Amino acid sequence: MAKQSNEPVLWALFSAGGVFAAFVIPVHLFLIGLAFPLGWIPAPGYEYLHALVRLPLARLYVFALCSLALFHWAHRFRYTLYDGLQIKHLNELIFFCCYGGAILGTVWAGYLLWNFR
Amino acid sequence: MAETISLEVFRYSPERDAEPSFQRYDVPLRKDWVVLDALNYIKDKVDGSLTFRWSCRMGICGSCGMMVNGEPKLTCATFLSNYAREQGPLRVQPLRYFPVIRDLVVEITDFMTKLQSVKPWLIRGKEKPISEGEYLQTPEQLDRYKQFSMCINCVLCYSACPVYGLDPVFIGPAAIALAQRYNMDSRDEGAHERMDILAQHEGIWGCTFVGECTKVCPKHVDPAGAIQQYKLTATIERFKSFLMPRGAK
Repeated sequence: MAKQSNEPVLWALFSAGGVFAAFVIPVHLFLIGLAFPLGWIPAPGYEYLHALVRLPLARLYVFALCSLALFHWAHRFRYTLYDGLQIKHLNELIFFCCYGGAILGTVWAGYLLWNFR
Repeated sequence: MAETISLEVFRYSPERDAEPSFQRYDVPLRKDWVVLDALNYIKDKVDGSLTFRWSCRMGICGSCGMMVNGEPKLTCATFLSNYAREQGPLRVQPLRYFPVIRDLVVEITDFMTKLQSVKPWLIRGKEKPISEGEYLQTPEQLDRYKQFSMCINCVLCYSACPVYGLDPVFIGPAAIALAQRYNMDSRDEGAHERMDILAQHEGIWGCTFVGECTKVCPKHVDPAGAIQQYKLTATIERFKSFLMPRGAK
């Protein structure tokens, strides 16, 4: 390949984040935002949810959801700034802030979930 | 039918005019007339100096693309009657984002160069001898690329693409769709040669999936789909070359 670009990696994270978020966030919103408070489905208690998030697999799920959704945001926001506001000349700064933000959020989510007791 | 429709046509002659202007013409509003018929009426009966490209009048040659009321259209397939009820005259302009040569004629060398760069022809490593017969293809194999082969190079998709408008180095929708037309052809072996061009930043990665290219295509090609499809291919190839640095190609 003539010029190896980072773009495939960033796009893979972007598209994984988009697909993942599009599939599962509506389910979370429906359950926590509508079904539980309106009593359509009996709400699980705090203890139950707490125990659920302590399961390694559930933690991995929450971590992946937070991280991939952030990378999806980073990619989309970067191009919104490039094309929407037409400030592509600030390329390096935008790149650093967007993906830097996503990495920071990922590390933070990892830290919180790792130490979740 | 005595009804008429007003056209506001973009006029520009670089040798004569300092700036482009619009000229208004009234033409008969006939039910069976397309915008191209109106332009030909003007040229024949009203103002012979009006310049525009056209050839086949049936959506095959791809040369009569223009902006009609701000939208890229093949003027041979855009009926006047669709605009009869709209307020104000019908605006006809040259295709957006291309330099104007004169009036409605644009310079598309940029597209032609890009199109050639993706090698839109069958590439074979080694041709088999004629005695072995033709390269057979099943209907399923044909279906994989057939829609992309419908492209007539009318460049409406370039005029619809805001990314091309902002950053003309972007290789653009039709060139990528046509590259995919050959990449997905079972007889072709040139995918890795095209990848060098397509997988650059100016190739597929310039696209932000606005999707206007697919919306305006008069031949129902889906360039936006081709680009997203190719992003996945390029990403998989990239990961493969990362995992198997030597054997990927």
